[in-house]
Amino acid sequence: MTKPNSPETLLIRGGRLIDPENRRDGEFDLLVAEGKVARVGKALTAPAGAQVIDAKGLIVAPGLVDIHVHLREPGNEGAETIESGTRAAAAGGVTSVVAMPNTQPPIDSVSGVRFLLRRAAETATVRVWPTGAITVGRSGEKLAEIGAMAEAGAVAVTDDGNAVPDTQLLRRALDYAKMFDLTVIEHAEDKSLMGEGVMNEGPLATRLGHKGIPRQSESIAIARDIALAELTGAHLHVTHISTRESVELIRAAKRRGVRVTSDATPHHFTLTEDAILRYGTNAKMNPPLRTEADRKAIINGLADGTIDAIASDHAPHTRASKEQEFSAAPFGIIGLETILPLTVTQLIEPGHLSWPDAIRRLCSGPAKVLSLPVGELSEGQPADVVVIDPAEERTVSGFSSKSQNSPFLGWTLRGFPQLVLVEGRVVLRREALRAAPAR
Amino acid sequence: MAVPPGGENRVKDLLGLESLTPAQIEHILDVARPMKSLFTRSIKKVPALRGKTVALLFFEASTRTRSSFELAAKRLSADTLSFASSTSSVTKGESLLDTAKTYEAMKVDFMVIRHAASGAPELVAQAVKARVINAGDGSHEHPTQGLLDIYTILEKKKRIDGLKVVIVGDILHSRVARSNLWGLTKLGAHVTVCGPSTLIPAGLSEVFGPKVSVSTRLDEALEGADVINVLRLQRERQQGDYFPTVREYTELFGLNTDRLRKAKPDCLVLHPGPMNRGVEISSEVADGPRSMILEQVTNGIAVRMAVLYVFANPEGLPATPPDGKQAAKAVTALKALE
Ligand SMILES: [Zn+2]
Ligand SMILES: [Zn+2]
Repeated sequence: MTKPNSPETLLIRGGRLIDPENRRDGEFDLLVAEGKVARVGKALTAPAGAQVIDAKGLIVAPGLVDIHVHLREPGNEGAETIESGTRAAAAGGVTSVVAMPNTQPPIDSVSGVRFLLRRAAETATVRVWPTGAITVGRSGEKLAEIGAMAEAGAVAVTDDGNAVPDTQLLRRALDYAKMFDLTVIEHAEDKSLMGEGVMNEGPLATRLGHKGIPRQSESIAIARDIALAELTGAHLHVTHISTRESVELIRAAKRRGVRVTSDATPHHFTLTEDAILRYGTNAKMNPPLRTEADRKAIINGLADGTIDAIASDHAPHTRASKEQEFSAAPFGIIGLETILPLTVTQLIEPGHLSWPDAIRRLCSGPAKVLSLPVGELSEGQPADVVVIDPAEERTVSGFSSKSQNSPFLGWTLRGFPQLVLVEGRVVLRREALRAAPAR
Repeated sequence: MAVPPGGENRVKDLLGLESLTPAQIEHILDVARPMKSLFTRSIKKVPALRGKTVALLFFEASTRTRSSFELAAKRLSADTLSFASSTSSVTKGESLLDTAKTYEAMKVDFMVIRHAASGAPELVAQAVKARVINAGDGSHEHPTQGLLDIYTILEKKKRIDGLKVVIVGDILHSRVARSNLWGLTKLGAHVTVCGPSTLIPAGLSEVFGPKVSVSTRLDEALEGADVINVLRLQRERQQGDYFPTVREYTELFGLNTDRLRKAKPDCLVLHPGPMNRGVEISSEVADGPRSMILEQVTNGIAVRMAVLYVFANPEGLPATPPDGKQAAKAVTALKALE
């Protein structure tokens, strides 16, 4: 880790501690020692030499787990590196990032997984969990060495950026990954139906003269993938769902007992395609921003648990690559530093999700999708913690990420992290949160 | 639409007809009329844009549109600079904005932009102070083509309000269709778009409202038509499986003498050119008495002169333009300057 500061002994006192996995929501003190959650309880006394942090009026929660992040290293270090991307994560309250394997070269082998883990050990501020590609070169033609990558530390397999186009091959991938208890993450998209589309198909695309991506390019792929999960009994995770039909398909599949989970991004529950008129290429993403009915369906899916996790799909791109004609610019926006305040202002404050439900979608929900041993504050567990000021209002004016491609620049949001710990080490501490005198 | 700082109501650039008011469209057409009258004189040049520079930035080949803009600029005594991407640094990977900023540094007053990507002129308009005129962007708009089509109809029919116009062909990829649809419906025409359903864009009626209807049967669509605007068929569309064969397309959507009889006897036939004779239009119709195709070419120069003239105004296109008589007076004054 960049800052080799040793784990401290910290007593975080008087905050509203929310830890859905341990059914805690109330005023609890949290004692962190030797990098672990030492105790959670009422009116704890600070051991000698402990720093005491007054968290009155603040929320104390497990550090966020973002299971869909592009760190761009190796191959596109101008846009982001493991170092800068995990610094952005820490700034956003995210203590675990799951790195997508669509780097250059793609992570489709043991050496790729090892490279990522080694670079993370050298440069990362937060935990980095690697994933491996499903197919060699992400080309959708031949299975990658899934077992060996799992052995090396990959926590899931995905060809993100692409769906696996060949139905037989995806069936094999699911069957095979099941042997290693690995989740298969699908970026669900029927490429032939998507064609050269650059935004949601509909009246707005017609007006702007842009090629459209029909919503069915996603729901057709999800319907197929669910059928295969049903066939194989493997764990399918559908990432960044964007349409009403997708939510309905997953809801129905879960009801039938299919092993399927899903996540959605803050931009899909915050924006609609109209954002393109204001933010141009910073509103160009894949899957594209959809309509108001879709946005509402995503929120409902998050509220009723159909959607297990909120993930940022943090996709950094340099300014030059986004400052192009809309059709030429790459898809994607950064999201690590806005995932929390967007959840607060778009989901919690309007009353769509309670604080505990929101924390579940940001922490233990995503951790469970990939069976990661994080996302809760059980005693004896590594202390990955975020302390949030739910009332702090800030105008978003710049990011720790190397890239600044966000439509949320200039937005006034609430609910920013004040203190972030990874294994008990302080990786973010805002000025407002000074240590209180020990008592 | 980009607007100059401090002037929310003034239009800095001509990016499309969608954002113009009926009065602004009529104003440009009013100015085009006296511009055209200049053509009949032996010396066809006036000094209105003397000292101004018009850069013609064509990132996509189009000899016709470029020649038309170039002639329009020259007849107003502007200097022109030509740029075509095949001979340029674009092939070396220079970005659109870099190119635009280079011309900005040469202090050009106008950038006339043709580009294969929808929205490219708007991207430039937001980055430069020069006035940007869209000369066709992707599948978005081709406003001067829309204006010259409307001008041609107006010249013959004396009105747009209440006319029935049929646009036939590949609506999905056509910037000409979109500019026509905005301009014609704003001025009160009813427009039927007709073509194979694979080439009709999604949500068209939601965008344009009740003044636009969609048909996939040309014979029915042509009934009672005052104007038929035939779009050029891009042959590469056949590769996209939008329709089975060119022969079948011609069978179903080609305009020939027989079909023309379904329209009103005084129906006008327009085509933005260049034509595929025997495909979307038969030679009999293209060369027949209803054909406005060459007239459109002539009017294109007048309309582009009017656009350059109007946008050369320091305020751009006014939000509430003067009435037609004033516009004509301004040009009469110009003639006297000669
Ligand atoms: Zn994806
Ligand atoms: Zn992604």
